[in-house]
Amino acid sequence: MSQLLLDVNGLTMRFGGLVAVNGVNLKVKNRQIVSVIGPNGAGKTTVFNCLSGFYIPTEGSVMLKNKQIAGLKDYQISRKGLVRTFQHVRLFQKMTVIENMLVAQHRHLNTNLISGLFKTPNYRRLEQEAMDHAVHWLKEVDLLEFANREAGNLSYGQQRRLEIARCMVTQPELLMLDEPAAGLNPNETKQLDELIIKLRDEHEISILLIEHDMSLVMGISDHIYVIAQGTPLANGTADEIKNNPDVIKAYLGEE
Amino acid sequence: MSEFSLYLLQQLINGLTIGSTYALIAIGYTMVYGIIGMINFAHGEIYMIGSYITFIVIAGLMSMGIVSLPIILIIALVVAMFMASTYGWAVERVAYRPLRGTNRLIPLISAIGMSIFLQNAVGISQGFRDVALPPMVTGGWALGNPADFEVTISYMQVIIFAVTFVTMTLLTLFISKSRMGRACRACAEDLGMTNLLGINTNKVIALTFIIGAALAAIAGLLLGLYYGVVNPFVGFIAGLKAFTAAVLGGIGSIPGAVLGGLILGVTEAMTAAFFPSEYKDVVAFGLLITILLFRPSGLLGKPEIEKV
Repeated sequence: MSQLLLDVNGLTMRFGGLVAVNGVNLKVKNRQIVSVIGPNGAGKTTVFNCLSGFYIPTEGSVMLKNKQIAGLKDYQISRKGLVRTFQHVRLFQKMTVIENMLVAQHRHLNTNLISGLFKTPNYRRLEQEAMDHAVHWLKEVDLLEFANREAGNLSYGQQRRLEIARCMVTQPELLMLDEPAAGLNPNETKQLDELIIKLRDEHEISILLIEHDMSLVMGISDHIYVIAQGTPLANGTADEIKNNPDVIKAYLGEE
Repeated sequence: MSEFSLYLLQQLINGLTIGSTYALIAIGYTMVYGIIGMINFAHGEIYMIGSYITFIVIAGLMSMGIVSLPIILIIALVVAMFMASTYGWAVERVAYRPLRGTNRLIPLISAIGMSIFLQNAVGISQGFRDVALPPMVTGGWALGNPADFEVTISYMQVIIFAVTFVTMTLLTLFISKSRMGRACRACAEDLGMTNLLGINTNKVIALTFIIGAALAAIAGLLLGLYYGVVNPFVGFIAGLKAFTAAVLGGIGSIPGAVLGGLILGVTEAMTAAFFPSEYKDVVAFGLLITILLFRPSGLLGKPEIEKV
């Protein structure tokens, strides 16, 4: 029996008089790929921003492993194991690929200035561990050969994969991907698809996904939530969603 | 060599001396700007405080009967760097951090207020008039024929070059190799994302203020000894010059700050060589305006790329 990892209840976000998100419920179990879909402007990214601490939700609860995280700061949430990417790539463009991977492990390298200054054995060991960990994940996303290249010089698909790898070295339990396939060609989308499934099956984490590429969503999701105009519209498996008349109406309009 | 070229060489040496201290101060402006996009107008005052602490420590040690010059200088350097860093840290904590995330203009005004506050606080406690120190480091090398023109490099100038060079090397190593340096670069590129990766960015920001202040204190010690005189207002003009150097080289870029400092120092010295020395600021700031007209991002700064 897989356990409940993320439990969102009645999430509501108001900006002044505008209700961007209204009473959204989400459940993500361990080792699950869950997608959030909806027409443009439905409030999907606002949901992500509430979950990751960019916004403090007006109402509702966000429980991660049975602990309330609504209202915590973004870095506190990421330290609790919920890490996200953005619609547009946010790598450290001027740093090398390997440096991007090392910065993400900064807080795991629990050393002080003195040990860094004198390069104590403990400091060296931790640095080496961080390096090994970074190399491991670069291999997983097939970017090891580019380790010393500036991140900004990678192709768009490679930058997307590096972003996921950078999230993974922080050892998250739930990875939130905001439109990871946007701007990728079909071949790159396929690689991404395989990577996401590998993260679930081999690395045993859960993934919460916002995506417009329906073939990607339908192909890999264990559960799908549909949001329209900030309000939950439907949820279920891929087949249930495909045949749901409300969903078809929201996407295509009424006949 | 002709007398004229020897004269130019002398001016070049003098210009590089002043320029390297501008560079030390400019790094504080450029690092803080690089990370939080704010001009720390109280940075010049940190330099001034570094000078005062140097004078106080030297006077104290001499009155205790310590005469060894290297010991005096090293103790003065360590104490000045430590005290100035404390000031730099406190200024950020008290006057800037609570205002972060507000309109950009607000921390700027706070910084100007801090600058005036520090000038007057030092003035009240130490007096508003010049404080002088007898020359500590005297002598130098003379090159050329004493009959016509002699180029002299004083030992003080040598110390300034050496200390600046060592400091810059250590800073470069720190930024490029160390774990905290890596975090600094990450913050400079994307503060929000760095925060999201679980790094305490407040600590990194505080560290840049501390490093900047320590470097300003080194400049305070060097220039204090070079001129032998300090008053509560020396930070204003030195800060302005260093800020100019940072902008000239491309604000946000550390090599740019060094290059900008050296160019500014040499320009000033060369101007003073041919015109009345009052013109040196006119030419220096004229150069700044000219470069900004043709290269708004400075010599080594990268042009802002519009984010899509």
